Amino acid sequence: MLLLLSAALFALGLVAVITRRNAIVVLMGVEMLFNAANINFVGFAQADPLHAGRAWALVVMVLAAAEAAVALAIVLRVARLRGTTNLDLLTALRG
Amino acid sequence: MLTIGFTALALTGGVWLVLTPRVLHAALALLLTLLAVAALFVLQAADVVAAAQLMAYVGGVLVLTLFGIMLSTPGAAGPSSDAVNRLSGWALGGLTFGGMAWILAHTSFEALPWRAAASGETNAVAPDSVVAMGTDLLTTAVLPVEIASLVLLVALIAAATIAGGEPTEEEPVA
Repeated sequence: MLLLLSAALFALGLVAVITRRNAIVVLMGVEMLFNAANINFVGFAQADPLHAGRAWALVVMVLAAAEAAVALAIVLRVARLRGTTNLDLLTALRG
Repeated sequence: MLTIGFTALALTGGVWLVLTPRVLHAALALLLTLLAVAALFVLQAADVVAAAQLMAYVGGVLVLTLFGIMLSTPGAAGPSSDAVNRLSGWALGGLTFGGMAWILAHTSFEALPWRAAASGETNAVAPDSVVAMGTDLLTTAVLPVEIASLVLLVALIAAATIAGGEPTEEEPVA
């Protein structure tokens, strides 16, 4: 049940990352991918007598927070420079 | 029963996030999913992880996202996010989910080596995991904690450096 939910959330996050144009919504999709992984960690830690997965779930959360902070900083910088967060319009690096 | 309800809530939020064209609605959908997943963590007796989920995700990441939405999209119209690559995106997502569900249906988790090794021991679910988790974090799991703190420090300094700073001449102040 939990593992199926994790798979579904992972797939939905993937769809959000691929189909959305706004950089912030893409970031939300990435957060959902992190959460799907966390559900697996906690679900399997339940069967593990050491419960090691729980500690690593905390690490995943910290990584997600760090990723969100850096990525939103980049988005803000890009928005200030180019006036848009539409990923399809940010083509300056394309040759 | 509770698990089914919160699973449905999480899935609702996920589908809403993918389908809504408004960025703010997507943030609300993400909030729904994160809260439902936190409740599922509580039902899995991982209440420390659930509390961290509430503080780090709902209190931290989501607020940060809302600030990002406010600061990056000037104008009264409100930010929108139209979709591209619909067909390939849904096809890839469906393939991913189908593949994972197939693997889950065809895997015998009881036969995994570490599960077999653990089956002899008593593995009763404790009503709450605070004491055990705190002991773990300071003894056996001290490496993850240290890695997490270091990564967080580096990332926060990096974020402050990237987002702040004085505007240079090729970058007019908005």
